[in-house]
Amino acid sequence: MLCEKAMELVRELHRAAEGQLPAFNEDGLRQVLEEMKALYEQNQSDVNEAKSGGRSDLIPTIKFRHCSLLRNQRCTVAYLYDRLLRIRALRWEYGSVLPNALRFHMSAEEMDWFNHYKKSLATYMRSLGGDEGLDITQDMKPPKSLYIEVRCLKDYGEFEVDDGTSVLLKKNSQHFLPRWKCEQLIRQGILEHVLS
Amino acid sequence: MTEELDLLGQDSDGGSEEVVLTPAELIDRLEQAWMNEKFAPELLENKSEIVECVMEQLDHMEGNLRRAKKGDLKVSIHQMEMERIRFVLSSYLRCRLMKIEKFFPHILEKERTRPEGEPSSLSPEEFAFAQGYMMNTETYLKNAALKHMPPNLQKVDLLRAVPKPDLDSYVFLRVKERQENILVEPETDEQRDYIVDLDEGSQHLIRYRAIAPLVASGAVQLI
Repeated sequence: MLCEKAMELVRELHRAAEGQLPAFNEDGLRQVLEEMKALYEQNQSDVNEAKSGGRSDLIPTIKFRHCSLLRNQRCTVAYLYDRLLRIRALRWEYGSVLPNALRFHMSAEEMDWFNHYKKSLATYMRSLGGDEGLDITQDMKPPKSLYIEVRCLKDYGEFEVDDGTSVLLKKNSQHFLPRWKCEQLIRQGILEHVLS
Repeated sequence: MTEELDLLGQDSDGGSEEVVLTPAELIDRLEQAWMNEKFAPELLENKSEIVECVMEQLDHMEGNLRRAKKGDLKVSIHQMEMERIRFVLSSYLRCRLMKIEKFFPHILEKERTRPEGEPSSLSPEEFAFAQGYMMNTETYLKNAALKHMPPNLQKVDLLRAVPKPDLDSYVFLRVKERQENILVEPETDEQRDYIVDLDEGSQHLIRYRAIAPLVASGAVQLI
């Protein structure tokens, strides 16, 4: 069946849960592009036949193949664009440095897009008034209190707090730290907010 | 934000209107802009004067707090206030950025065809960001797949491919200034259009399209 491979690409993303990025299906994409090439070449020769040989009975087939080509293009672009949206969400979730596991799921071009996006976002944030700008990837939730109790999940090392004192973040140690300093570390999974 | 500690003695400039706002009024305006932006389906006019003034205010507060006596209870309260304001400001800017990314072809097209004299819905920095985003995405699609496709299929019309904001979605609003003769268009063929008057202080659930200009003028507040 024509366009079956393209539909599979779309289904693959449809099945993936919100925010998940499955590995880039290079094979699938290649097969869709090959199918498109084959359809186009068949159409080219048929168009020539129809024009020179007067075979107007070929026209419905030509139209059908053109529709398949359009469908393939649409499915492919939908697949690529949806992945971009997921990758964009990763910047907001994990910060500028992505965990290795996720990086392996991205193609080289997607990595390029991600780097450009990071830079564009950083430029924008820096321009927001004042000298350093405003990091709008912080403060994702309304603040409930100034300080929060956190437990350290992994060894992180020295961590400097506002008034100059530094805290040693060892696995399983608990600390009472300013909320806004911890936010990013909580998102990266290094600290855990203790709600007791 | 009380004045008792005398940490906030500065009046902010309201920008192009040359109105001087107290800090409390400024934060009020920020919250109104934030709520409108959150509930409106399309990108609203940019309020960069408010953003700038709030940033200035935050810097000012931070400077004062650094000089204040440590361990004072009022310091914590003001720090909390600063965090709350920072949250509202960040949320407002995030909301705008998300809408820019979601509707980028339409926003850029609107900007391109904007008549002289009409204010832009984008700040210059947002415009640069939107352009960068468009170029980045177009280049990516070209390199990842489009350039490998047959010659007549190497372009994608993003204006048709990316959905437009749904201006017919319903919004809750509170009326700030009395409005008369608002035309409400029919949803289905059986209904006919009718006219409503909006009384001050009343609250309504209505399609965004009918009251979009009122949001821009400040006559209603989305809630």
